[in-house]
Amino acid sequence: MKHHVTTTINGDETEFLCDTEQTLLDCLRDELELTGTKEGCGSGDCGACSVLLDGRLVCSCLVLGVEVGGKKIDTIEGMATGDKLHPLQRKFLEHAALQCGICTPGVLVAAKSLLEKNPNPTETEVRYWLAGNLCRCTGYDKIIRAVMDAAAEMRGA
Amino acid sequence: MRYESPDTLEAAAKLLASESGEARILAGGTDLLVQIRSEVLSPALVVDIKKVAETRTIKEEAGGFRIGAAVTGAELKEHSALKKVWPGLVEAANLIGSTQVQGRASLGGNLCNGSPAADSVPAMIAAGAVASIVGPNGRRDLKVEDIMLAPRKLALQKGEIIASFLLPKRAPHSGDAYLRFIPRTEMDIAVVGCGVSLTLDGSGTCAAARVSLGAVAARPLLVEDAAKALIGSKIDDAALEKMAAAARAACKPIDDKRGTIEFRTDVAGVLAKRTALIALERARKG
Ligand SMILES: Cc1cc2nc3c(=O)[nH]c(=O)nc-3n(C[C@H](O)[C@H](O)[C@H](O)COP(=O)(O)OP(=O)(O)OC[C@H]3O[C@@H](n4cnc5c(N)ncnc54)[C@H](O)[C@@H]3O)c2cc1C
Ligand code: FES
Ligand code: FES
Repeated sequence: MKHHVTTTINGDETEFLCDTEQTLLDCLRDELELTGTKEGCGSGDCGACSVLLDGRLVCSCLVLGVEVGGKKIDTIEGMATGDKLHPLQRKFLEHAALQCGICTPGVLVAAKSLLEKNPNPTETEVRYWLAGNLCRCTGYDKIIRAVMDAAAEMRGA
Repeated sequence: MRYESPDTLEAAAKLLASESGEARILAGGTDLLVQIRSEVLSPALVVDIKKVAETRTIKEEAGGFRIGAAVTGAELKEHSALKKVWPGLVEAANLIGSTQVQGRASLGGNLCNGSPAADSVPAMIAAGAVASIVGPNGRRDLKVEDIMLAPRKLALQKGEIIASFLLPKRAPHSGDAYLRFIPRTEMDIAVVGCGVSLTLDGSGTCAAARVSLGAVAARPLLVEDAAKALIGSKIDDAALEKMAAAARAACKPIDDKRGTIEFRTDVAGVLAKRTALIALERARKG
């Protein structure tokens, strides 16, 4: 039996059909063609699938699609405004904070949720907040620098 | 696999009890969905309990706190009144996984997943938490230390759901703490975990204490002899040594690549002392 789920994704009311076994990640990618959210591990370890669920950062691979009826989801696709990149996205390009880019959508979604709660984090706070976002390429330093720099710009510093 | 998300515990218990195949409760899913994906489990029915208000709320009750079984680690951290009274319990819950895992992981799931290394469980046991359980035959209370019996084996009957946990009213000059030892600095499973809760009297003598160890036996332990070593003392070095010896004596750990029996046993004593000192400092301030 397919479930009919109505939810709000990046501000737009959206409907999809899914099987019980499908995760929110599967639904985003396979049913809604929102493929910006990536699958690294499927087991909660890598953070590539990070989205906000009712404003809370979660791994979409550890949420069932059927659970999100009536909820609000924010994905990487909602981050830029039209052609205008979010400051975090711009700073990631400036600092070369990505190589293969698989981890990047998840890191950006996670970093944005940190800066919404804490506009002035210390480097340690950024590192702890992003500890669930694994990156096999950059060695993390460039990611951290880009987040710190974006935070400073967003504070108007 | 069928999915149900009833809005009462009674309806949830009924669904679980009447399922002839394997039925599972879904809270945050950070254990369950991993196990389903890796085909360790393939339940015929999943009952999501998060639409039941009791499982998702923290409220003050009888001078203590009632915490819904499906309240997330992130929500515990944001509850400043709870954090002030039970900082050790909140810290233990916040050790579970990453920010993303914290957005979903619950105390009920941590306990009922049935891992001897679950981080929040020794902290709940030390705190004297009591689970309120709803099943097909009504509601009953069970102390947290009596719930997990062995790895993946619980004292819950078919259809029973932990609705919430009651943390008792706190006497003045009380403090709690939880520490774990892991080979890495973050994102790892406890080799030893220790929760301590204690209360001092007006003269600074330990009037009450509870000590719990995780990951050193088939189930999380309430170590009464360790508590006895503290009670009546000023928690000086001699009392702490006695407590550490009692903690080590209670250990029946496994031997694996993450820690040998000797190592886990020794660390249990060291960790118990460190944890008690943090609880003591908090009790002196509280
Ligand atoms: C990347 C990652 C890192 C992790 N790190 C840690 C860690 O450091 N320390 C640690 O202790 N754990 C860790 N975990 C395990 C897991 O996150 C925790 O055990 C968590 O608390 C489980 O809660 P949940 O709400 O997600 O449970 P769920 O997955 O929803 O449920 C777990 C089990 O308990 C049962 N259950 C859930 N709620 C109830 C209830 N109210 N009544 C009866 N049964 C119930 C379910 O049926 C299921 O069998 C980690 C997991 C991941 C994916
Ligand atoms: S794909 Fe979800 S955490 Fe790795
Ligand atoms: S850029 Fe390749 S994993 Fe991070």
